[in-house]
Amino acid sequence: MKLNFDPQLVWLFGGVLGLLVVASTIGAILRRTAKVDAARAVIENLNARTRAWWGMSAIFALSLLTGGMGAVLLFGALSFLALREYLTLVPTRRADHRTLFWTFFVITPLNYYLVYTHWYGFFSILIPVFAFVFVPTRMALAGDTEQFLERAAKIQFGLMICAYCVSYAPALFLLDIPGYEGRGANLLLYLVVVDQMSDVLQYVWGKLMGKHKIAPQVSPNKTWEGFLGGVATATALGTALWWVTPFTPWESAGMSLVICLMGFGGGLVMSAIKRDAGVKDFGAMIEGHGGILDRIDSICFAAPVFFQLTRYFFTP
Amino acid sequence: MGAEIHPLAGVLARLVSGVQVRWQECQPEKRQRIYFANHTSHLDFVVLWSSLPREVRALARPVAAKDYWEKGAVRRFLALRVFCAVLVERAPAASREAMAAARTVIDRLVEAMGAENSLIVFPEGTRGSGGELGSFKSGIYHLAERRPEVELVPVYLENLNRILPKGEVLPVPLLSTTTFGPPMQLLPEEPKRAFLERAREAVCRLRRQ
Repeated sequence: MKLNFDPQLVWLFGGVLGLLVVASTIGAILRRTAKVDAARAVIENLNARTRAWWGMSAIFALSLLTGGMGAVLLFGALSFLALREYLTLVPTRRADHRTLFWTFFVITPLNYYLVYTHWYGFFSILIPVFAFVFVPTRMALAGDTEQFLERAAKIQFGLMICAYCVSYAPALFLLDIPGYEGRGANLLLYLVVVDQMSDVLQYVWGKLMGKHKIAPQVSPNKTWEGFLGGVATATALGTALWWVTPFTPWESAGMSLVICLMGFGGGLVMSAIKRDAGVKDFGAMIEGHGGILDRIDSICFAAPVFFQLTRYFFTP
Repeated sequence: MGAEIHPLAGVLARLVSGVQVRWQECQPEKRQRIYFANHTSHLDFVVLWSSLPREVRALARPVAAKDYWEKGAVRRFLALRVFCAVLVERAPAASREAMAAARTVIDRLVEAMGAENSLIVFPEGTRGSGGELGSFKSGIYHLAERRPEVELVPVYLENLNRILPKGEVLPVPLLSTTTFGPPMQLLPEEPKRAFLERAREAVCRLRRQ
């Protein structure tokens, strides 16, 4: 296996490293100065989040270093864990056991295998077409008709969100963009940095000056100030990163805006699902953040749209 | 006792069951206790056992059905060497011989507890569907009668019936939760039925919502 030390990747990860150092320093200073208990709790959570970011960035860097294979393995694992969190929350019945087994151990791994082999034609229809008809068929064979449509729809939705949509991120490796060959890792890093920074900046803007709630019944933490400030700054950041991508600065601005808006949509939808299920987080795997699905909810919506736009406009 | 295998097996069980552990009005303590839980899956005792901190776990011995865990070399190895299980005969239908057999089982359990071991028991006696908790068999009452000073800790295991339901061989990797509740004891003069109902209630209460 050849390690990928593309200079652009190194620069970009250098930037991420710098941000983490700054965030950790600010966190340490804030902890010294916090006097009120409520503020202390927020800062403790902030520092936990920053610590987790160190770990997540390291894992992500390692996966990109090893090229397409590493990214497929990382996102495959994320899909698996996200699916696990999702299906734990969704009430399935005893008769769905075998269907769930197929979902976890056949459909999801096959989906990622197709991404790995760059078989776009099959990958793009495996879950939307084949799994779509397979899941309800297998469930009907199991014979339990209680809330049948609801159960089938919930499993299909989980496959689409946790496996199919997420796998569009490592699928960026299979795009053949003229003049941009062999740089899928750069495109993936661009997507993840813009998407996650959009989350972070929306959180920061929201905490600093958030007042008007966007959808208080769905997510009390999402405010117009956070949304506008976060999307604007993350789009600006994405524009400034045009040199990593095959896009011109203006194209990069448009793509970043799309990534931010889709990411916001993903986060909002996942919040609605959590609210409906009566939980705050999907899991407790990442300290300060919640579960895997809480962290990648924005990727779920941003990755497929970003991939398809890039594919339509930038590949022959 | 195969103590050196413990950590690895614990890690494995936690990975498969993705278990999250909650202690409610109860702390993990290195003292003699009887943990009693709802029973819906073959994974139950492994997961409960792996939910205990390592030094507490080393003292805990699960009580398991002899007919299942003595079948085959792998199961026997797991039960006896890894988990240090106490294997007992399942109680047959009520009869005079059954009464005598039950007494021997209680004797064996009291003996297995000795001066420092804890027990993990499933008082429903058999695996349920994951819905309503079944009624408790009287074994736990007799144990409490013989060792009244030992704390009884109710435990609720959530989702294991979905991970590996009765009658399935392959597990599905969903997440589970182990909830330990406030310890209880057999009250002086407490009638058997009242105690069993109180114990069952204690497990039911740990269910969320």
